[in-house]
Amino acid sequence: MTVLSEVQALIGVEQYPTTGEFPVERGYIWTTCASVENGNPLFWDDDVAEEITDGPITPPTMLSVWFRPHRWAPGRTEEALALQVHFDLKARFGLPEAVMTDNTVTFYDPVRPGDRLRTHQVLRSVSDEKTTRLGTGRFWVIDVIYHNQDDQLVGVESYTGFGYRRAGASEGVAQ
Amino acid sequence: MTAPRLLWGDVVAGDAVPELRYDVTATTVVLGALASRDWRPMHHDKDFAVERNGTRDIFLNTPNQAAWFERYLTDWTGPHGRLGQVTFRMKGSVFPGDTMVLTGTVEGTEVDEAGCGWVAVAIELAVDGDVKTTCSARVAVPQTTDDNPWARRGDQWRP
Repeated sequence: MTVLSEVQALIGVEQYPTTGEFPVERGYIWTTCASVENGNPLFWDDDVAEEITDGPITPPTMLSVWFRPHRWAPGRTEEALALQVHFDLKARFGLPEAVMTDNTVTFYDPVRPGDRLRTHQVLRSVSDEKTTRLGTGRFWVIDVIYHNQDDQLVGVESYTGFGYRRAGASEGVAQ
Repeated sequence: MTAPRLLWGDVVAGDAVPELRYDVTATTVVLGALASRDWRPMHHDKDFAVERNGTRDIFLNTPNQAAWFERYLTDWTGPHGRLGQVTFRMKGSVFPGDTMVLTGTVEGTEVDEAGCGWVAVAIELAVDGDVKTTCSARVAVPQTTDDNPWARRGDQWRP
């Protein structure tokens, strides 16, 4: 099998199922709202939250916050990487550089304090080799799919990445 | 203070979302990074940002910019506005000392087959006229004062 056909066999396959390291909590909600001076009463007034959203929720754009690993944890020897499929593709294709060209997030059921979220990653597509002003490489699309503890879909992040080798660079070891 | 409640019928394509200006400081960048659990040094360590990233200072991280876009939209819609989808494209960095300016334009409106009213908004985050990040957003707003997009579940919510 070629590297490309091995990678294509992974398209649509659920990879790296992960459960969040901690339950969704309100401290981060308030700190996030404070960081951008977001006065939306949904996040500050429980009566408003009860009326509109049937109780407190998190700002939807905080979806990925609940999955960023602790900076340190007992027994951890390696840095935990989000979006592992992206780094796998860089390594498999031997592409030392990569950029994310765009990022789409779709929001489904609200995330609420106390939720325990889980994710998995799905490779959606890999392009043929292309040359851009950055270099030569491949575009790929990876979805990160989020569910809550009741198996309700709460969101999907879709990343388009471009892994590449700079023009003139020899085949390097993937970073 | 009464929160705003934007209704779908009050919006037409071409409408401008009120501008938001904000003077970014090092605290803005560091607070935003830590609030989003982003411990990477280019968002709090100026020496690292300059020497390793080649930027002139620490810079706003993407998840915190998402929070800025959400705040910008819901300042306009009020709490009944419910985000369905956002797409970001990063073009440049935002540094301490910058005044970031968020502007938005309504690109279109629609009512989907489930009866939900949607507004599509194109937002730009710029510094000194240079666009640093673009965001296309799709946000649901009530059609009447009795309507509430947050009450939609399952196939009634089609973001």
